[in-house]
Amino acid sequence: MKLPYSWLTDWVAVPWAAAELGERLTMAGLELESLEPATPAFSGVVVAEILSAEKHPQADKLKVCRVSAGQGEPLQIVCGAPNARAGLKSALATVGARLPGDLDIKAARLRGVESFGMLCSEKEIGLSDGASGIVELPADAPVGRPAREYLQLDDMVLDLNITPNRGDAMSVIGIAREVAALSGGTLTGPERWPVAATLADTFPVSLDAPAGCPKFAGCVVRGVGNKGVVPLWMRERLRRAGLRSISPVVDVTNYVMLELGQPMHAYDLARLDGEIRVRAARAGETITLLDGKTVDLQPDVLLIADRSGPVGVAGVMGGQRTAVGADTTDLFLEVAYFSPDAVMGRALRWGLTTEASQRFERGVDPSQQERAMARALALMLSIAGGRAGPVTVSCSEQHMPVRPAMLLRRRQLTRLLGTGFEDARVRAVLEGLQMRVEQLGEGWRVGPPPHRFDIAIEADLIEEVARIIGYEAIGEGDATAVEHFRSLPESLASEQGLLEALAMRGYQEAVTYAFVDPQLQSRLFPDSHALSLANPIASDLSVMRVSLWPGLLKATLDNQRRQQERIRLIEHGIRFEHIGEGTRELDTLSGVACGPRVPEQWGLPREMRVPADFFDVKGDLEALFASLGASNCFSFEPAALSCLHPGRTARILREGRPVGWLGELHPSLVKELDSVHTPVLFELDVAALTVVRPAYREISRLPQVRRDLAVVVDESVSLSRLAERVTLAASSLLRDLRVFDVYRGPGIEAGRKSIALGLIFQDISRTLTDDDVASLVAAVVADLRASLNASIRE
Amino acid sequence: MQDLESLVTHALGEVAACATLAQLDEARVRWLGKKGALTEQLKSLGALPAAERPAAGQRINEVKERLQAAIEARRAGLTRAEIERELAGRIDVTLPGRGERRGGLHPVTQARLRIETLFRRAGFDVATGPEIEDDFHNFEALNFPPNHPARAMHDTFYFPDGRLLRTHTSPVQIRAMLSQGAPIAVVAPGRVYRCDSDMTHSPMFHQLEGLKVGESVSFANMKAVLHGFLQAFFERDLAMRLRPSYFPFTEPSAEVDMSCVFCEGKGCRTCKHTGWLEIAGCGMVHPNVLMASGVDAERYTGYAFGMGIDRLAMLRYGVNDLRLFFESDLRFLEQFRTL
Repeated sequence: MKLPYSWLTDWVAVPWAAAELGERLTMAGLELESLEPATPAFSGVVVAEILSAEKHPQADKLKVCRVSAGQGEPLQIVCGAPNARAGLKSALATVGARLPGDLDIKAARLRGVESFGMLCSEKEIGLSDGASGIVELPADAPVGRPAREYLQLDDMVLDLNITPNRGDAMSVIGIAREVAALSGGTLTGPERWPVAATLADTFPVSLDAPAGCPKFAGCVVRGVGNKGVVPLWMRERLRRAGLRSISPVVDVTNYVMLELGQPMHAYDLARLDGEIRVRAARAGETITLLDGKTVDLQPDVLLIADRSGPVGVAGVMGGQRTAVGADTTDLFLEVAYFSPDAVMGRALRWGLTTEASQRFERGVDPSQQERAMARALALMLSIAGGRAGPVTVSCSEQHMPVRPAMLLRRRQLTRLLGTGFEDARVRAVLEGLQMRVEQLGEGWRVGPPPHRFDIAIEADLIEEVARIIGYEAIGEGDATAVEHFRSLPESLASEQGLLEALAMRGYQEAVTYAFVDPQLQSRLFPDSHALSLANPIASDLSVMRVSLWPGLLKATLDNQRRQQERIRLIEHGIRFEHIGEGTRELDTLSGVACGPRVPEQWGLPREMRVPADFFDVKGDLEALFASLGASNCFSFEPAALSCLHPGRTARILREGRPVGWLGELHPSLVKELDSVHTPVLFELDVAALTVVRPAYREISRLPQVRRDLAVVVDESVSLSRLAERVTLAASSLLRDLRVFDVYRGPGIEAGRKSIALGLIFQDISRTLTDDDVASLVAAVVADLRASLNASIRE
Repeated sequence: MQDLESLVTHALGEVAACATLAQLDEARVRWLGKKGALTEQLKSLGALPAAERPAAGQRINEVKERLQAAIEARRAGLTRAEIERELAGRIDVTLPGRGERRGGLHPVTQARLRIETLFRRAGFDVATGPEIEDDFHNFEALNFPPNHPARAMHDTFYFPDGRLLRTHTSPVQIRAMLSQGAPIAVVAPGRVYRCDSDMTHSPMFHQLEGLKVGESVSFANMKAVLHGFLQAFFERDLAMRLRPSYFPFTEPSAEVDMSCVFCEGKGCRTCKHTGWLEIAGCGMVHPNVLMASGVDAERYTGYAFGMGIDRLAMLRYGVNDLRLFFESDLRFLEQFRTL
């Protein structure tokens, strides 16, 4: 709902500027959606009086005016507006003025006559979209006053999002009530509008469906002029509130609706047939609405009808047959209360949402029809002229909505909010909302005002108290049961996830003792100092393990003795690093693979029926690293550890930092331990097994191109060196690099090997041509030849 | 032009003789390809007198169409035959699937992860502490005075320098309170060590310590938490009772018994015909422990409990010998892969 700030100040003293008002209303549940100036910025425009207007000597449509702008000599202004005439007060953009759209006003010569400024139309100063002629100001407008000041154009329009429970807030007075409650002020409002009936005419109204329409105020007005000009102030208010000016009669009804939240309707009295009955529609009835649309009426639709049939759908829209037009002189005004049940959903049935239906559906104050009629008549007579008959009010008391008082218990308020407020404060808040409050021992008995359709139970009252005092007054410290959120670093791998990743590769978790055989341990790690127990339970369980391998190797041998040929074991536990006096407890994940590469099964190629080696276990670790999203973070470099095969051992690095080992057990240890197969061992620091949070990278929609290269290099050249050179030389267009063969033998010189690479290229923004790819491959080949003494096998 | 007919006869014969789609494709190229015999015929039209060209051209095209139709018919036939051959094959769907077999998690790990999850959902954090402890955290701060007889209840592994392998997870209570203060709710699972090994004792086993300290933490809370946990872990209604007992670090202290999960409390070998299984120790945290951990004992109260994870796993999975957990016997461990 659009609400001009200046209109609000008619009704209540607003102690806040527009922006702060918006903030306060938002925090009270009436959300500010936008705050805009009422008119675009302009300067240098003043109220001016046309002293004379003569025809331009050279042009039929132009006039040469002498215009007084207050100070100094009258100015000569050339003007093309048909309404430019002597005695008219209008808006003059003086030389140096800047109009909306950055239009600068300079002295100009028009058809040979000099003009020192411009008389403005409403459109030119942002008051309306279209205008014929220049602005017409009232005769009492003070010449020389800046137009912005005189027209109150430095106004702000608040656009408020009114929730569906608050029909009462869909009006200027509704927001004014909120402001009064929030600021502790009182409603001022224009004083009562006395209307004396100067006619005796009335028009018969009967309420045939009093549940849907228990109250109807009507009034006959005769002799209005509906062709006249609506005063600028009213048009301005309507415009700022988002409505177009239509005609004096319609504008007045809209104005009252915006101001008091009371929709009303004016019928052309001459077209009404006999009487008005408010009744349910009959099956098969239709009506052509004001907007020209003809709709079928169902029996649940409440109608305003005369003897000839429907003249309006209650609470939605009037009918075309009795609509007021430019020639209308006599009116019948309707100000009714329709119950929400009688209006809800009807408009939408025909694809309509009207200002009236929005308000009636949510609930219109059932007590204010007389006041709205008085306000409308006062405005109507002053703007459109005419004489009014007496206001007749038909009312079915028993069908009027009732708002029973309810109990607000102090204890319940404190219990629900978690904090209590002083009695006086609660009472002040409720009274500020125009509720009737009676103090009781346990709290208050509260009667809601007729305009509040949303207050029916105790919790509604508690909400009102909290809303007006402010939700920020309820501190988190008042919480009695706090839900405490513990930190959950996404980088921490779950223990279960790590173990499961390896279990899916065939590994079985074991638990071995933390104290191990000192002989086996020192045979494996001759350089490590282990912490000895003072009182071991057995001599072969007397030193703390420096690695999980002694326990896992023993478990491997035990299982071999139990005729298990294929062994895959992991353990998660602490290894104890003894340095000087101190001991470090290192969270460790270790494993051993011993025996056939895959479980015994049918249909297996011969080369798969071999014991697992370094690369089988490396594949398992790569799967583990991939489960962390960290495939690219880990690398393997040749290294030596005395218990492992010197040529088949790698240090595992994460981003260059050592985090573990992978290798085949040293052949002499294999013999010594009498293992059936060579155990392949790995050990990892669990602290290094952190998860890399996925981050989306754009996917290329373009085709990828693959080129294969067989590169012959010395045995000493590792794949990682080769891959590094290829990646550097191939530029960022290299999407993927695959190794699909490593070959030694006939055709390759001794001491060299052939590595078959698949290079996959792709660009994100264009399709790569054969020439692009050829030059990329040429660059790779040239680099490999130069840096690694490589040759390319054709 | 006379040889056109014989050319066609020859071509049709060849098409009919094709036994595979590949052969058929070769034949198509040979006759109708860019350099095919019929294509050559069309090219030679240019050599004919202009008047004869249309008629000759039409004849060649007719022949070409006949040949194309024959090839398509043959292709359809061969395709059908190929699919039929494919459909004739039968596999033995009872042969085992190929590839790696799944490994598995240790039954104690599985029980521990389940216990951690249950307590996390009840608002407890999981805390850990070192396995090599000092006297302060393992005993002194837990209200075991030096040389107190209560220490003899724990067969402790010592290192020559006086440090020790923790005999229970209770030191994590102290560490957690010292680092986080109160209020606090943690469980601390881990390996503990006692110098004892026989049918029912392992020198290394698993314990779970629980600790909750707050402004309104009562004995009743403790009872509710322990009972709630046991019912959740075993997924059944079971009775629980607390028996007064003694631990230096709690006051009052209790042993926790639950109704035997094997005989429903009627009495069996596992429960030694008592109907009850001893499952945990617990109590309200002793004010001295709170003070040693820097917690205001006037303002806060708390409870603590300790239970054997191995024992819970044994009861849950029906394992009757504790030592099996630590023998790494694949025949044993593999039984828990399906859990």
